[in-house]
Amino acid sequence: MTFEPKIVGILCNWCSYTGADLAGTARITYAPNVRIVRVMCSGRVDPTFVLHALRGGADGVLIAGCHPGDCHYQAGNYKAMRRYELLKRVLDQFGVEPARVRLEWVSASEGERFASIVNDMTDKIRALGPFKEAQG
Amino acid sequence: MAKLKLALYWAAACGGCDVAVLDINERILKVAELADLLLWPVALDFKYRHVEAMPDGHIDVCLFNGAVRNSENEHVARLLRKKSKVLVAFGSCAYMGGIPGLANFFSRREVLQHVYSDTASTVNPGGTVPLEKVRIPAGELELPTFFQRVRTLDQVVLVDYYLPGCPPVVDQVWAVIEAIAAGNLPPPGSVVGASDSALCDECERKKDEKKIKQFRSVATYRPDPETCLLEQGVICCGPATRAGCGAKCVKANMPCRGCYGPPPGVTDQGAKMLSAVASVVDSDDPAEVERIISQIQDPAGTFYRFSLPSSLLNGAHRKEIA
Ligand code: SF4
Ligand code: SF4
Ligand code: SF4
Ligand code: FES
Repeated sequence: MTFEPKIVGILCNWCSYTGADLAGTARITYAPNVRIVRVMCSGRVDPTFVLHALRGGADGVLIAGCHPGDCHYQAGNYKAMRRYELLKRVLDQFGVEPARVRLEWVSASEGERFASIVNDMTDKIRALGPFKEAQG
Repeated sequence: MAKLKLALYWAAACGGCDVAVLDINERILKVAELADLLLWPVALDFKYRHVEAMPDGHIDVCLFNGAVRNSENEHVARLLRKKSKVLVAFGSCAYMGGIPGLANFFSRREVLQHVYSDTASTVNPGGTVPLEKVRIPAGELELPTFFQRVRTLDQVVLVDYYLPGCPPVVDQVWAVIEAIAAGNLPPPGSVVGASDSALCDECERKKDEKKIKQFRSVATYRPDPETCLLEQGVICCGPATRAGCGAKCVKANMPCRGCYGPPPGVTDQGAKMLSAVASVVDSDDPAEVERIISQIQDPAGTFYRFSLPSSLLNGAHRKEIA
């Protein structure tokens, strides 16, 4: 059986979740590998969520929020960006490959962009193999 | 009242936790009054077979320090669990894995290679490495199995209480011994000998808005002794650490390294520390954020210094370690 990655997508309510919804209503075909969790803002994404997802069996985690300047709470996405910059380094020390955890900006009108990010992430993680396998 | 039957043990430990018990000084005489010591390898000559011969539940309280690194640690942990009514994970190694737990960033092979070959101080021309079994004329010698990963005590057996600290501060050790002797303990599973708040809540330094453009190391920068260290760009683990030590390091103008573990409600001390550090970075520009954050040396080792084996990821995730 070929390996199908499980990706947890944590999306902000105002832009990225709407963008993902648009990908659906516009009937864009994209990889069915992402399980979506809606949060009010990307600034709400505690790094603990990412670690919980990986620990719980996810092969990758996508965090998505509004483009810089567009956050509905002014600065939540900048906060997400600062955390992600540090989280990347920490995950690298843990041996978690960069392709597994991504932060992306997706607006409410970018259904196509959302679909292509999910496709790209799915392909890259499929090539890496399951996360659990590399676990002690 | 019958005397308390007390056992102390060290597994993968540095000896500091036993010294913390000895450091209660003259009060140790009071301990001898209150309790009979049934096992204490650092101070008294008992053998494992003495413990094996005891009926189950014979020991009232066992203070167990050190992490579980090898098969001997695991064997004695199981034995003492069986023989003790109350088992206390004493110190950060038993509680969270502690400093020996940092080895979980590497595989067993890498650890052995480093220690027996690569360090600057190693002279080992014959490439001698420890073997689990060796035949000598007098018979067969055995060494415990060195595990792939370091585990916390509660990843091996059921633990009743956790006493944090590397090592726990002496007054807290004493307070816990007294509480045990008086039978005055909280519900099992509790952290004892510490507070229920974060270290920052008890820290007396001036706190303002934390916004920094540069991280600094105490090796090259002498912090102002009145102002919050994190506000000065010195990585202080106070926001992600349980209070209870009396802010020892911070009072000595050194940053907290997190030895008391996470405050209540925090699952992963390192992730909490990561958030706290990222939030003080004063920039919205990705390139500048990257520049500032790249000044942090060894972020994972810094944020998980005492808690790696108990963290959500336990350690490094590479094929070799699986
Ligand atoms: S908790 Fe600290 S003092 Fe105690 S054994 Fe571990 S390293 Fe040593
Ligand atoms: S970060 Fe450190 S120095 Fe600042 S308030 Fe917290 S414990 Fe005190
Ligand atoms: S200040 Fe931090 S590192 Fe120092 S003893 Fe207290 S908890 Fe441990
Ligand atoms: S509301 Fe979308 S990132 Fe803040």
